[in-house]
Parts: sequence; structure tokens; C-alpha cells
Amino acid sequence: MTAGQTEVRTGFARLMADRLLAFFGLLVTLLALIALGALIYDVLRDGVGRLSWQFLSSYPSRRAEEAGILAALAGSMFVIGVTAIIAIPLGVAAAIYLEEYGARGRVSRLIEINISNLAGVPSIIYGLLGLGLFVRIMGMGRSVLAGSCTLALLALPVIILATREALRAVPGTLREASYALGATKWQTVWHQVLPAALPGVLTGLILALSRSIGETAPLITIGALTYVPFAPKDIWSPFTVLPIQIFNWVSRPQAAFAENAAAGIVVLLALLLAMNAVAIVLRDKFQRAR
Amino acid sequence: MTVRSRQIFEFFVERALFLCAAFSILVTAGIILVLMWETGAFLQEVPLSEFLFGTEWTPLFYDKHFGVLPLVSGTLLASAIAMLVALPSGLLIAIYLSEYAPGQIRRIVRPVLEVLAGVPTVVYGYFALQFVTPLLQTFVPGLAGFNALSPGIVMGIMILPLVSSLSEDALRSVPHGLREGAYALGATRMQTSLRVVVPAAFSGISAAVVLAASRAIGETMIVAIAAGQQPRLTLDPRVPVETMTAYIVQVSLGDTPAGTLEYRTIFAVGMLLFVSTFILNLISNWLRERFREEYA
Repeated sequence: MTAGQTEVRTGFARLMADRLLAFFGLLVTLLALIALGALIYDVLRDGVGRLSWQFLSSYPSRRAEEAGILAALAGSMFVIGVTAIIAIPLGVAAAIYLEEYGARGRVSRLIEINISNLAGVPSIIYGLLGLGLFVRIMGMGRSVLAGSCTLALLALPVIILATREALRAVPGTLREASYALGATKWQTVWHQVLPAALPGVLTGLILALSRSIGETAPLITIGALTYVPFAPKDIWSPFTVLPIQIFNWVSRPQAAFAENAAAGIVVLLALLLAMNAVAIVLRDKFQRAR
Repeated sequence: MTVRSRQIFEFFVERALFLCAAFSILVTAGIILVLMWETGAFLQEVPLSEFLFGTEWTPLFYDKHFGVLPLVSGTLLASAIAMLVALPSGLLIAIYLSEYAPGQIRRIVRPVLEVLAGVPTVVYGYFALQFVTPLLQTFVPGLAGFNALSPGIVMGIMILPLVSSLSEDALRSVPHGLREGAYALGATRMQTSLRVVVPAAFSGISAAVVLAASRAIGETMIVAIAAGQQPRLTLDPRVPVETMTAYIVQVSLGDTPAGTLEYRTIFAVGMLLFVSTFILNLISNWLRERFREEYA
């Protein structure tokens, strides 16, 4: 065997190895997509049969076939609404400061590092903060308000990061043109930058809130109830939310409750899908308008 | 408005915006203070050495022991399984998408994969308990209904897009000149990817991996639903265990009155969880900064 032949062979082996890596890369990518498919298939298979008007319009019950998600659905909507009212102004204002005003100072740098750290804190830790601060020290009890405050703190870093990204995408020339016409900083931000960044901001806000809708652990930690046979009346009412109701059903051994959990998951996923669709449509609409 | 009043207005707007931004510092301070307050009260009754090195965790029983190691082992076991799933597959996907896949496939696959990160964790918990565990039981002998294996695998699927997307970003930001240099020397795409691009992006990839590990340690609902609630010092992935996060959920579901030692245990465990994820996040940030400096 000559040296030339060996080289040809190793060259062939190298090419085979190259194809092999590409093949495995594609294979694993497909496997990950299959896992997502299996998840959706499993939930739909178990849950769709249980979906009915009765399921959507009934309060929880000890009997699986009479139970429904009305209290949880109303609770989720209410809690997220209040969360939005608290977190959106605070988050957008913080983002405007960091992006448009304070980009240079040492304090701003500290705040930035702090926010990116907050984004990495496990959600259950926010639950402990909510339990210690809102439920006990501030005496809100296990109310909608305590839950919303907790979720608002959790959503804040996400909202700030998303809003900053949207503000950053606004071209600097827009600001300069506004200044050139004699506008002040705030006039520029309010009349020029924010409207231009609105689609991006809205998309970010909806995505942040849709994440909050799926949160379970922090609300369990502040002591949200798992059995609530009524919709919350005001911000001081006890409440439950969709993910907690699902968790409650999953933890029961009877198969009929597992079916309820799957149906609840279908509703939750549909809700998330709807929110994401709204975000996409909004972005498209605004982009076309400009 | 006069110029003077406009200046005053601008001044107050800026102050107000600053306060909103500074509010986030209060959140961090709040977390640390609440955790320290209750943990301090806890440590007055339980010595730190017993908490950190004790091997029995039975705070809800009559015969109380406060050794956190069983919870730590449960957490590490489930997270290690998650990393065993997410690390190799996430990296392979990143290499495939960044170095091999045509742009069109990349543009479709990446957002679809990221849907995995947006699925609520309670849904994954259901998936682990109702689908993955029964599936695994058909070929893993002695697998209990609650175990560390199934939630570990599912947690791995959840953090997979974190590893793959961040690693792909790191791989893509490696300058093209390096790849061309390797090709010019006759390297194949695989040799270029594995011996040039991946090492060059190493700190960026490690940042992604450390962040994913931190996410796995702090993940709650999947393990609370599918891993059981039995604190047990073991490395056997087939038996029920309890993680730090699942313990907090377990106590929160009961009606433990504030101020009792049982109530304080969840803050002590939370403190441990906060400190460990915080350290991991710092390491991840440091690695990412270093990576950015290399290719800025």
C-alpha cells in the first residue's frame, strides 16, 4: 500500500465524519422538534375530549366530571390585568431612563447589572419575596393584589429589557431632527421616540405578560389557594389561576382529574397562542402603517 | 409654557424616570433582606453546620432534622440529568444551525425551538408525569412513578433552546477569517467547526451552559409534579426525590403559620437557592463579558 492510497482513504474518512456530524446535527434538531410535537400531541389527545362549555363555565368541584375552570380563568385574567397596570408604566419608564437619559453614569451601569441579575433569579424566589413583603409585612394577605405585585416584580426585568431593545432600534437621526426643531428631551422621547418604538414595545410587553400567565411557583409560594369556588370580586379577594388549577388536578391520582388537567392546559396554551398572535399582528400593523 | 417652567418640568420628568429605574435596586434589596431576616431567625434555632451538612431533612415530622443535603442532592441529580440532555444536544443543534444548515432551515427551526422555552413549566410537569414517566417505565426496570429521571429529561428539553440559541449566537460571532484560514489549510467543515470555531467560541458557549444550569437548579413545577416529595440522599435517578424548589412548594401548599420554624425553613432553603443561582449567573456574565472582549 502506497502513501498516496492512505491519504486518499483518510481524506474519505474525513469527509464521512463531516457528513456524520451534519447528519447528527439534523437528527438532534429533529428530535427536539419531535419532543415539542409529542408534548402538544399528548396534551391534545388527553384534553380535547374534556373541553366543553360546561368545563369553561363551571367552578371547581370534588367530582372531576362536574369541575370547570371558570374561577381559574377569571383569576388569571384579573391577576394579569393588575400585573400589567403595575409593571408596564414602571418598566417602560425605567427603560426610557436607562436608554435615553442615563446611558453614561455609574449609577445607570449599576442599575443595568442589577436588572440583568434580577432576570436570572428563579421565579420561586420572587414568591418568597412576595410572601415575606406583600402578604406578611404589608398585610395584603393572599389577595389578587399580592399576587399581581409579585408577578409585576417578576415581569419587570423582562419588560425593561424588551422595551430597551425597541427603543434602541429607533434611529438616532429621528432624535437629532427633533432636537434641531427645538424640542426638549422629553418632547423628543414622548412625541418621536416612543411612537416610533411602539410596535416593538407592545410586542415585548405582550410576550412578558404571556410569560406571567404561565407562572405557577411564585403564586403557590405566596399562598394562592388551590380550591376557589368563585371568581375574584376585587383586588382583595383570594384567587386561583389557571396554572395552579392545572397543578392541583395533576397532583390528584384519579385519571379523570388528569384529563381535566390536560383540558386546562389546552385552554392555557390557547390563551398564550392568542396573546402571541396579537403581538405579531400588532407589530405587522404598525410596521405597515409607517 | 415658558422656558423656565419647561426646564422645571423636564427636571422632574427625569427624576421620576430615574426613580422608576432605581426601583429595581429596591427589588434586589427586598429579596436579600426578606431572605436574610427569616434565615437569620432560622439559624438561631438550627446551627448552620447542621443545616448545611446534615443528611436528614424532616422538618415537617415529629422527629425534626434540618440537614439540607437530601434536598441539595435531589436538586443536583435532576439538574445533572437535565444538563446531560441539554448540553450535548444543544451544542450539536447550535453547530448544525450555525455551520451546516441553510439559512432558510435556520430561520424556521430557531423560533420553533424557542417555543419550547415559552411553554409554561406546569405543562412540562404534566408531560413528565403523564407521558415521559410511563414511556420510560416500559424499558427502565424499577422506575418508580415519581423519580428524578423523567423530570430531569423534561427539564433538559425545556432548557435546550437556551443552550442552543445562545451557543449559536456565540458560534456565529466568531470572525469568518478564522473559518477561512482553516479551510485554506484543507480542513473539512467538521474539523473547522470542532477544532477552530467551537474552541474560539468556548467562553460564549460556557456562559450559555452555566446559565442553563442555573435555570435548571431554580426550576420548580416540573420537579414538584413529577419527582415526588421525598427528601432522600441518593444518586439513584429511579426513586422519588425532592428538590429545594419542590420543598418550598410543598410547604406553601400546606397551611404553615408564619413565624414557626417550619415556615422559616422555606426561606433558609430559598436563601441557599438564591445564593447558588446568583453565583452561577455571575460566572455566566463574567464568561460572556470575556467572550465579548475577545471579539468586540
